[in-house]
Amino acid sequence: MNKHILTFAALALALTSCVRDQEPFSLDFPMLQPQNADTGAGSWKPILLGKPDDVAVAAPIAISAADYKLELHEITERQQNRTGKDEALLSYWGAGTVLRWNELLRELVAKYNLPTVANPDGTYPIPSSANPLAYPAFPFANPPYAARAYAYVSAAQYDALVSANFYRQKYRRPVPSQNLNSIVELIPVSGAYSYPSDDITAAGAAVAMMKLLFPGEQAYLEAKLDECINTMILSGTCTRSDALAGEKLGRDVAVKFISRARTDRAGAAVGTPADWKKLESDAINRGEIPWFSREIPERPPMLPLFGKVKGFLMDSLEMVNGRPVPPPSTNSDQFRKELAEVKSYSKNATREHFRIVHFWGDGVGTYTPPGHWNAIACEDFVREHFSEVRWARNLALLNMSMMDAAICCWDAKYFYFSPRPSQIDPEIKTLTGLPNFPAYTSGHSTFSGAAATLLGHIVPSRASTYNAMASEASLSRLYGAIHYRSDIEVGMSMGKMIGSKAVLRAQSDGAE
Amino acid sequence: MHSRTFPLLLALSFYATSAQAQTDNDALWMPAKNLCGGIIYQHSQWNHYWEGTRFRENLNIGTVTSNAVMAMASYGIHENLNAIVMLPWMKNQASAGTLIGQQGIQDLSVALKQYLIGKKLWGKYNLNLATVAGMSTPLTNYVADYLPLSIGMHSTNGYVRAIADVERNKWYATVTASYILRSNVRIDRAAYYTTEMNYSNVVNMPSVATMLLRIGYRRSADHYVELLTERMETIGGFDIRRNDMPFLSNNMDALRMGLAGKWALGSGGVSIMGSGMYTLAGRNMGRSTMLSLGAVYQTDFTKKTIKN
Repeated sequence: MNKHILTFAALALALTSCVRDQEPFSLDFPMLQPQNADTGAGSWKPILLGKPDDVAVAAPIAISAADYKLELHEITERQQNRTGKDEALLSYWGAGTVLRWNELLRELVAKYNLPTVANPDGTYPIPSSANPLAYPAFPFANPPYAARAYAYVSAAQYDALVSANFYRQKYRRPVPSQNLNSIVELIPVSGAYSYPSDDITAAGAAVAMMKLLFPGEQAYLEAKLDECINTMILSGTCTRSDALAGEKLGRDVAVKFISRARTDRAGAAVGTPADWKKLESDAINRGEIPWFSREIPERPPMLPLFGKVKGFLMDSLEMVNGRPVPPPSTNSDQFRKELAEVKSYSKNATREHFRIVHFWGDGVGTYTPPGHWNAIACEDFVREHFSEVRWARNLALLNMSMMDAAICCWDAKYFYFSPRPSQIDPEIKTLTGLPNFPAYTSGHSTFSGAAATLLGHIVPSRASTYNAMASEASLSRLYGAIHYRSDIEVGMSMGKMIGSKAVLRAQSDGAE
Repeated sequence: MHSRTFPLLLALSFYATSAQAQTDNDALWMPAKNLCGGIIYQHSQWNHYWEGTRFRENLNIGTVTSNAVMAMASYGIHENLNAIVMLPWMKNQASAGTLIGQQGIQDLSVALKQYLIGKKLWGKYNLNLATVAGMSTPLTNYVADYLPLSIGMHSTNGYVRAIADVERNKWYATVTASYILRSNVRIDRAAYYTTEMNYSNVVNMPSVATMLLRIGYRRSADHYVELLTERMETIGGFDIRRNDMPFLSNNMDALRMGLAGKWALGSGGVSIMGSGMYTLAGRNMGRSTMLSLGAVYQTDFTKKTIKN
């Protein structure tokens, strides 16, 4: 065979393979070694709990008890027989349980963020929590649903960890290595006491909440919890009774959040055909062109009553009072000017605009814009070396602000029911999927304004970066030709207002 | 005129992968110091696709149409070795929905084709063997993560190919087997979901294997008509989820059949070639119909005259 072709074949395959073999990374974070153990977190202000000991935790058995000694021996035995797989689990969970459960939640959101396929008669099936595994799977984890899910999981973890910290100081059971010299701490230990385990408290709260939010994932979530518990026991940071007390505390605290979630009106957010019709006729009665679905067949609007959901940072009166002024009338010159601007972005799409639109798109099949801000926050929180309770508190503040942003934004969307640019001018083509709900205000802008404001308070050195990111996320919707400038500007200022409510809470919750 | 070069436009995968008939897939080649250049137009469209293995339509995409114009050149470096270069420009659009179409220059591919054996088997049967090694790489920073409207996958590919051709009394059968290794692709997103969450903008692209069988009648290298069938198989990758968008590393498979031919216009060195292909079965791809029409011109630098 001719040597040219052999050389060329070898070269072609070698060149290709050298840019091929790196694996997409699943965030390779270092083990969490908190700079401050936040041992006083038991006095931080909880969100739903009245007091940190609202949920009872039984006193632990004495460290002199035979059963406890058996627990210590369980750790040493497992440490001596650990495998390569155990090491991988230690480095995975050792990065932080609040972090890892947040990632798992983002994964489930992405998995469930798919709109349903139309029925043959042109209607759309609505996912049912009573039958989560049949098609269409429950839930449709769209941005408002996801914002609420992130908020409930983080908030329940935070309250549970405040309580766990309270009980750790109350019962003062020393960490396992203090009770048996042969125990090695394979994950850095935070604080002197381990009953109940903060890692497993966070995990228990997360699992209980996520089973409510993703009822088709019960087995998966319980298996992950077992993995988390076994890894933490192996790590020497807690004994089995520390872990089980934490799991129970987490689940018990979650019960309060679950009962709140069942009555926060999110279950009715889909609305009825009569509700959908009324939104349209109200807009017509105001002399405006109403939004309509551009999908074939026409899809009911996404969660039109989500604006009535009970928020965490703002009550319904504050929300109604904070409702933005109307968007430019579809009959106005201002509207025509903004429409022309959208069209020019559509006609003159640059590669850089595509990059921005797609980087921030976070549409179907993704973890949604709130998930993107969680990812951004988590990468930065890793560098801040927060304790687990501070991780949970910061994520709770972030996610409560974005849930309230979703509520305020959805309230405005359905109060004004304004058409998308491509509805008014079908020549306007979009750089990303057209969301199936009204334009004003932009959800991305509202989420991003809230997130950047709160995160800038938590990590002040990054404040200007967060603002620049929020601004780019917001503009991406204009570049993508799916929003007018009014949508993004008003959304952004509304988001910042909501973010500042989270900052106010941060300044008064005892953690600063 | 021997060389009939069509690319394996793998980048068209979702809607129109086309191991087209007349490609760097055949066992024919250019004589030494002959140059062949041409322009080929390619059209493909589909209005149904396979979402995983589920065959469906999507009223919010409608019909996806792809039009491409490709420049190609083939040169006989010496008697047994040809070099083939191809570069397509492409434009894709959907008839429904709001998504904006894409257009631009796609991937440059360069291949070397080596003649191995040509000998008589059992009396009247002639056997020809050849191998091809090639590479393709995107020339522009087009948007890849935008299926089904992106103009390509934006991976750099290396491929090897073995070709066997048996001929008797102008009837022939050609079998071509290819293996395509694809580089990682960087996308504009920071994370993406496949069957799990990937916190990365890097996408691993599974390899692709193709098998092409052609049976035809060949009056000469420039006059033939043939029936072809092609099987393309992505080795790995995942299925599109219910009602999700397609993704670069989907498990894209296809089975296609078609007809192709080439006709020399007189002895001036110009030939017309064309093909039509239809997708019979697939996975994570459009059920596309593809048509192509091209003209190539060949000159012989050894004689400084045009040789047929």
